[in-house]
Amino acid sequence: MPTPSRYWREIPQRYRMEAGKCKACGFVAFPPRVVCPACGAREFVPAKLADGGKILTYTIIRVPPRPFEDQAPYAVGIAELDDGVKLTAQVVDCDFADLKVGLRVRLEFRKLSEEGEAGIIYYGYKFVPE
Amino acid sequence: MAGIIGYGAYIPRNRIRVEEIAKVWGADAPSFKKGLMLEEKSVPSPDQDTITMAVEGSKRALKRAGIDPREIGAVYVGSESHPYAVKPSGTVLAEAIGATPDVHTADLEFACKAGTEGMFIALNLVRSGAVKYALAVGADTSQGAPGDALEYSAAAGAAAFLFGKERLVAEVLETYSYTTDMPDFWRREYQYYPQHGGRFTGEPAYFAHVTGAARGIMDRAGMKPADFRYVVFHQPNGKFPLRVGEMLGFSKKQIEPGWLVSKLGNTYSGSSPLGLTATLDIAAAGDMILLVSYGSGAGSDSFVIRVTERIDEVRDLAPRTRKLLDTNKVYLEYGAYAKYRRKIRKAE
Repeated sequence: MPTPSRYWREIPQRYRMEAGKCKACGFVAFPPRVVCPACGAREFVPAKLADGGKILTYTIIRVPPRPFEDQAPYAVGIAELDDGVKLTAQVVDCDFADLKVGLRVRLEFRKLSEEGEAGIIYYGYKFVPE
Repeated sequence: MAGIIGYGAYIPRNRIRVEEIAKVWGADAPSFKKGLMLEEKSVPSPDQDTITMAVEGSKRALKRAGIDPREIGAVYVGSESHPYAVKPSGTVLAEAIGATPDVHTADLEFACKAGTEGMFIALNLVRSGAVKYALAVGADTSQGAPGDALEYSAAAGAAAFLFGKERLVAEVLETYSYTTDMPDFWRREYQYYPQHGGRFTGEPAYFAHVTGAARGIMDRAGMKPADFRYVVFHQPNGKFPLRVGEMLGFSKKQIEPGWLVSKLGNTYSGSSPLGLTATLDIAAAGDMILLVSYGSGAGSDSFVIRVTERIDEVRDLAPRTRKLLDTNKVYLEYGAYAKYRRKIRKAE
């Protein structure tokens, strides 16, 4: 998992879905970039991603990496948000039987993982069915 | 006039029934169901805590308020289950809703009344003109010791209220607090579960403070129980709020819309605030609401609230509290509940 400093750097994205919108061509970069991959421009304005979308694809993780051991099995999906940005996140509060391509989801603030009993708690977004 | 400009509720979808807990501990479920009027309670998922619920409740309050979060000058989170012993819940909340950095933040703790404490402070900061908008959240993921009577009620939920002087959903006409030193319920530092005084938590604790606050505020406002359309009391179990209502001269009809406890459990700092959200969900312009919290230790905060016409515009901008309570539920067995609530000791 990230260090506290890396976690801190990602707070605007993990907490508030802050993206960068290219001033020249309108490309939305999430997380924000220095150079626009679409047109090469270097000026961006902050933009907030849509808080809902639909599942494009998903998988069920049964053999998880260590920080997620207690959560297995769990679903991870890619959703296309209502503003067209595609995003990967855990899908929670959803029975696997109900999970399907096209399912409407919204972003909800959850605990992502924690550094044992004594370390930092990492917060961020997950998908939940609408 | 200052008051509530937006409100929001959050309740996790997991539930556990009283019978499921009672069968593990050899207890008599019908006596809990009848004696304490409890049927089931909410349980947070492993990825939910006071902070995550406070954030979601606050986002809903923001939707109903329709304001720019950067104009919020104060953020208070009241809870007895802040995830960190040292590191504020309020900073995560303020950051997640986009209120940072021009904001004052504090975490409050006062057993079950930390939520209304935040409301009291937020309201008065707005009243004084120190801040334009202030946010107060009552949220808890409280724990009762396994097998203890509190295990049947200790639940999870959050209610958030935004205060301001314009765009009012409800005016706050009067506030009053009634506080004494009372050893009815406590948790010492580094202790995982709280302890309580059993039957002592009734008469001299809950009933004395709730009636003290309710009578005190009605005296100040020159009002009587019949002047209120609704009343919301702290709900540690089903029986106490109904009984205290009867003692004060309120009818069941006035209490019921905000009486969530039989299906929700006691959400501690979120308890009476969630009752207020459910009441606002069905209230009409001009309705008067009395809110009286209770926190062990002990104190009660009370508020006289008058609903405005804006309620009809905002109530369906976010999910209603009864909908969160009654739909999309999943029932847990005790094993999963024990895992979710970290009651199982694992190897490091």
